[in-house]
Amino acid sequence: MSVVISQGQSVLRQDLLRIAQWIEPGSRVLDLGCNDGALLAYLRDTRQVVGTGVELDDESVIASVRRGVPVIQQNLEEGLALFSDLQFDTVVLSKTLQSMHHTEHILREMGRVARYGIVSFPNFGYWPHGWAILRGRMPVTGEMPYQWYDTPNIHLCTMKDFQDLAGSLGLRITHRAAFNDRAEVRVLPGWRSTLAVYRFESPHFQSAAR
Amino acid sequence: MATESVSCADSGALVPSCGLIPEGSVGPVEPELIAFDEPLHLSSGQVLHGYELAVETYGVLNEARSNAVLVCHALNASHHVAGYYAHEPKNLGWWDNMVGPGKAVDTDRFFVIGVNNIGSCFGSTGPSSINPATGKPWGADFPVLTVEDWVCAQARLADYFGIRKFAAVMGGSLGGMQALSWAISCPERVENCVVIASSPRLSAQNIAFNEVARSAILSDPQFHGGNYYEHGVVPKAGLAVARMVGHITYLSDTAMAEKFGRTQREPAAGGEYHYNYGVEFEVESYLRYQGEKFSRYFDANTYLIITRALDYFDPARQHQGDLAKALEKVLAKFLLVSFSTDWRFSPERSREIVQALLKNQRQVTYAEIDAPHGHDAFLLEDARYHAIVQGYYDQIALSLGLPARQRTTGVLA
Repeated sequence: MSVVISQGQSVLRQDLLRIAQWIEPGSRVLDLGCNDGALLAYLRDTRQVVGTGVELDDESVIASVRRGVPVIQQNLEEGLALFSDLQFDTVVLSKTLQSMHHTEHILREMGRVARYGIVSFPNFGYWPHGWAILRGRMPVTGEMPYQWYDTPNIHLCTMKDFQDLAGSLGLRITHRAAFNDRAEVRVLPGWRSTLAVYRFESPHFQSAAR
Repeated sequence: MATESVSCADSGALVPSCGLIPEGSVGPVEPELIAFDEPLHLSSGQVLHGYELAVETYGVLNEARSNAVLVCHALNASHHVAGYYAHEPKNLGWWDNMVGPGKAVDTDRFFVIGVNNIGSCFGSTGPSSINPATGKPWGADFPVLTVEDWVCAQARLADYFGIRKFAAVMGGSLGGMQALSWAISCPERVENCVVIASSPRLSAQNIAFNEVARSAILSDPQFHGGNYYEHGVVPKAGLAVARMVGHITYLSDTAMAEKFGRTQREPAAGGEYHYNYGVEFEVESYLRYQGEKFSRYFDANTYLIITRALDYFDPARQHQGDLAKALEKVLAKFLLVSFSTDWRFSPERSREIVQALLKNQRQVTYAEIDAPHGHDAFLLEDARYHAIVQGYYDQIALSLGLPARQRTTGVLA
């Protein structure tokens, strides 16, 4: 059996850099679907963050261990039962929400284990998607490079859709950012961005603080 | 304590007696016996006034004594962790695929200690040793032991080597319980705790299997209440059955099906059954062979002692079953590994430890290897498993300022 691991990563993804800016130095972070541990290693090295990753893929787990990032191998669909209430300051779920079966459940769980949650997901409201559909085709773009029949993305949404869901779950959105490729989009992000990033506050913490 | 005079580097020194040492092997090794005369107060209330531990070491202890790794053994293993004996070149250490120069636990950088537990039949003081009070073998009088007793004895071994803190204490199965117990009872002496295919306590089903195994031994007519040494016999039949039961539980259903299926051993004419109770299927032949082989080298009293220690282990017991409470004082960073098809020490049990550690905000890495081999997987050569352990040890080396890896050998080479 051969295990191929890509060593090191030169630059952090644009959305991850923004996520990092929203995280308090010295805080405790849980990164769901942490991939090769790049974000947590970056947070550790630049912001003294104590982090733990959750990842299912074997090679990603190995890559995280090689970076010295603590990682728990676990399927996110099975929930976050290993983690206690408000055990972390921030919980991150980057580019994974759209591929999960139980979208509401994972968002509720994020609100349970940490004060702040950060999610990023491909924005289905990106205008060329609408154009593709008008032409009778499912959209295929950089953030969603899959054909309709082999996509892991089962719960695609627009930025407005997400805001509505967050609201109904009591998640108070504190920050929002949108990107198109590497560039940040400030004007009409709902149409012009391919990737949306949100930071929200847990309803439990809000009520506990009162 | 003896330090400078300790012959720790000698036994690990690579002086080939003949021929070339295979790449990644620590080479020919020799066990040493270390005597302790300070009484050991046991969990049972009994006192062992003196004892010997059989030990092997590999690699070189650095000046700061910061690169030591203690490997705790499982049920039927010993201090012979890696390398081979010059007079028995085929007698490889039980974790030779994991420990060696350039291997996951890299003896180019780490000083690894393999220790044989008290109660064993492989060199440390055990039931077949002479009881100084009677001048006869201990036999049934040898005290019942616990994992905690073993850890106490091992802590004195650490003192003997002048090791204040281990870079890692590591073990699989029962060895993992010892590593966990180390982190609980000597928190300041364990930098990292590596617990593989283990459990914070046996389940009722597990204890049941152990009870069947012990019953087989206790009911063997050659057992003589544990004093069979004096009769010049051994309860081989009982020991063989005990091993057969154990062996079944170490393999997964899939692994057994793949290995044996329903293949007949020597079918009668036309592929027919023999319609008797001899060996009809391959799996029976295999189990009988394993049982018989085991009964030739393992001691029945040792089997009783070790399975009982497994049953008793339950650090949460003193805390009303709250494992997180039991792990409150732990300081070590943890690596836990489990195997998906291990039903004897299932991933659920490892996750309990992970959860309890997380509750205490300890640093934990947990890998759940999807492997078909059952409990035995922890001794096998799964590349993902070895990559995790290797990556983790490389990080230990980095954090302790030990040299960087010079070579990669073994499973990942």
